[in-house]
Amino acid sequence: MAEIERHSFDVLVVGAGGAGLRAAIAAHDAGAKVGIVCKSLLGKAHTVMAEGGIAAAMANVWKEDNWQVHFRDTMRGGKMLNHWRMAQLHAQEAPDRVRELEEWGALFDRTPDGLISQRDFGGHRYARLAHVGDRTGLELIRTLQQRAVALGIEVFMECTVTKLLTSDGRISGAFGYWRESGRFVAFEAPSVVLATGGIGKSYKVTSNSWEYTGDGHALALEAGASLVNMEFVQFHPTGMVWPPSVKGILVTESVRGDGGVLRNSEGRRFMFDYIPEFFKAETADSEEEADRWYEDKTNNRRPPELLPRDEVARAINAEVKAGRGSPHGGVFLDIASRRTPEYIRRRLPSMYHQFKELADVDITAEPMEVGPTCHYVMGGVAVDPDTGESAVQGLYAAGEVAGGMHGANRLGGNSLSDLLVFGRRTGLNAAYAAARRGQRPEITDEEIRTASEHAVAPFGIEGGENPYTVQHDLQEVMHNLVGIIRTADEMERALSDLAGLRERITRLSVEGHRQYNPGWHLALDLRNMLRVSECIARAALERTESRGGHTRNDYPATDDAWGRLNLHCRLDGESVDIAREPLPQMPDDLRELFN
Amino acid sequence: MGYDLQMKVWRGDATGGELVDYTVPVEEGEVVLDALHRIQATQSGDLAVRWNCKAGKCGSCSTEINGRPRLACMTRLSTFEEGETVTVTPLRTFPVVRDLVTDVSYNYKVAETVPPFAPEPRPADGQYRMQQVDVERGQEFRKCIECFLCQDVCHVIRDHEENKQSFSGPRFFLRYAELEMHPLDTNDRRELAREQAGIGMCNITKCCTEVCPEGIHITDNAIIPMKERVVDRSFDPVTWLGRKIFRRDQLPEAQVPQGRSE
Repeated sequence: MAEIERHSFDVLVVGAGGAGLRAAIAAHDAGAKVGIVCKSLLGKAHTVMAEGGIAAAMANVWKEDNWQVHFRDTMRGGKMLNHWRMAQLHAQEAPDRVRELEEWGALFDRTPDGLISQRDFGGHRYARLAHVGDRTGLELIRTLQQRAVALGIEVFMECTVTKLLTSDGRISGAFGYWRESGRFVAFEAPSVVLATGGIGKSYKVTSNSWEYTGDGHALALEAGASLVNMEFVQFHPTGMVWPPSVKGILVTESVRGDGGVLRNSEGRRFMFDYIPEFFKAETADSEEEADRWYEDKTNNRRPPELLPRDEVARAINAEVKAGRGSPHGGVFLDIASRRTPEYIRRRLPSMYHQFKELADVDITAEPMEVGPTCHYVMGGVAVDPDTGESAVQGLYAAGEVAGGMHGANRLGGNSLSDLLVFGRRTGLNAAYAAARRGQRPEITDEEIRTASEHAVAPFGIEGGENPYTVQHDLQEVMHNLVGIIRTADEMERALSDLAGLRERITRLSVEGHRQYNPGWHLALDLRNMLRVSECIARAALERTESRGGHTRNDYPATDDAWGRLNLHCRLDGESVDIAREPLPQMPDDLRELFN
Repeated sequence: MGYDLQMKVWRGDATGGELVDYTVPVEEGEVVLDALHRIQATQSGDLAVRWNCKAGKCGSCSTEINGRPRLACMTRLSTFEEGETVTVTPLRTFPVVRDLVTDVSYNYKVAETVPPFAPEPRPADGQYRMQQVDVERGQEFRKCIECFLCQDVCHVIRDHEENKQSFSGPRFFLRYAELEMHPLDTNDRRELAREQAGIGMCNITKCCTEVCPEGIHITDNAIIPMKERVVDRSFDPVTWLGRKIFRRDQLPEAQVPQGRSE
């Protein structure tokens, strides 16, 4: 076999979104030699799509805000299933991570005093999201990208990792291919940080980009790590529903944070009919009170449109099912009748542009049509909360690919802060561990041969399955059978359909050659998508209750017994094993915050 | 509502290629990228095209559509007559990798030469203070999604490969302007913009502004003010004398690019 391209690093970061870039910067600052591998061009990762802001209790707008309040909001939003330690670190460290971005050139919107402005979002008690209009993700990724370039960190763009390599139960590196040439490349590294994002491309209606094929989830599973909370998938309540080609594209929660309301076909603000017992004490029960809240948070309670995302998504789903939906199967999101055109264009420029260009809708003059879209997976690689290390020594995960931080449901704005807080922590710890280990591992020719053969397999099959067709069929299965509302018999059907799909992906055919061939890339991604889809379906079938992003029609109630358990997925040969494990115990001083 | 769209798509690689005819069934509300995806899924699985967000936010799917640099995800089919042939070709300014994918590494190399943001130290209470009106100028430039359509259309490099050595292009004039106008930045970017980025070669034909999918006023708000500032500095007698005395590698440290030189 011909020699293949090899590189050697102390820390290899897989993924160049917010978490990956922040991890790489931290590892570099800790003295490590760092490489970043990413599937797309630098600066195009899915973080760029984040709109609303970065949640951090900086108390620039509301002096009453502090990390304890943010921690409490996060835990309650996650229906108390979050790893308490991650939620604590996140709430404590987020403000510093935001200020650091400013030092690297980020230009946040300002308060009248000249401080970083903060906006309201669902589930957050105070206006807490540092933002740049409604393009905060772009600002975050550009700032980190420019910082990484300034530090001279090496980036391998349009390069896809297909396998993690281990020896004696420790990470030794990664194997992948250059998209541009189709050539293979191996990276030797004692520490590998997964920052590969989520899994949304396994669903038909999603706000996620093509990259979101669950690569890091599947790679970690195959390397011996476990995935936690995989049954919890977030459907963002407001995606575009029309025209069909843009179905699923995100409509930021900021529309509601800035005063927008949801109405059904009868013009009713239906969210008042869906306030759960758990949030009753802190949610307004009249339109008057809700409207006063934007100006006076001390004497009024939050509008129900700003309940956590799982609540709002379920309510929209129920309204549409009851026949009170909008013409294209969503509900109305109205800010036009509530704020001036100038205000809307200033606060929500991207939304204005997006609706104008893609749907011929002027959001300053008419309501938008919106409906739920698959947006985020709470589940991910189970990691040590302080270091981000998985069960496999040397393998780390940060951002969406890591599990535990968000429990059963993530609050809006907590993702960008998660990327920064845990990106930095994993980067530092990956660098420290590499330094402790001293020598760089070596990858054998045998390992490379096996990985190469696996990767080129689809070229050897003639007249097999079209990968695009298989992806389409997978998306139908997950959308129809493991979607926003679930039942046992549908999920059992899903598992049997997934078994069929798993058989079909062993005989995928791709045409053409290895140079920049999207059909081949998809054929390889499909293996990951299927692996992760199976984890979601199995965990969802196992959890016989409804909680956060997991709603069972056959078990509609939340069950306290399940509130003490996490589900872990591990690979046993080719099959996914599910294990119930007790939730980590929150210390008493934190528990008191909930009394 | 739906109809059969006639398309011509450039297919090939660095060694050459040709326009290939496709007939693609399309639906109401679709964009050019939808049609390209349908070709991939049903006719040519290996058709190479970059894309990510499909919402005009990442700037990946830059191509030339009927000769005009555009994002394929934001070009609605309703902008064409039914029966009109839609021709999609790769960005002309950059070398072709395959089909609609070009090698845009030039832009990433230029990015390495821009000296990083260098803020003044934090005040005693740890909080930077800036007024909204002062950050808005830079915010306009930071809306840039790096689609490189402005670079593609810029005639200084579109038909003059040799100029790429000495010319950074509109995207990076934006970056220089953003840093120059940043309330906290301590670097003086003007000499660099002239000497290294070659802003003097721009003769403000505004082609870049016309193709910007974010509607950034590249020429009026970034390039022209930068040119004016550069001129102010160049004609300042003390600076002029300084430039005569010091060679470029002896310029004050803050102005020397920190990026790698490869």
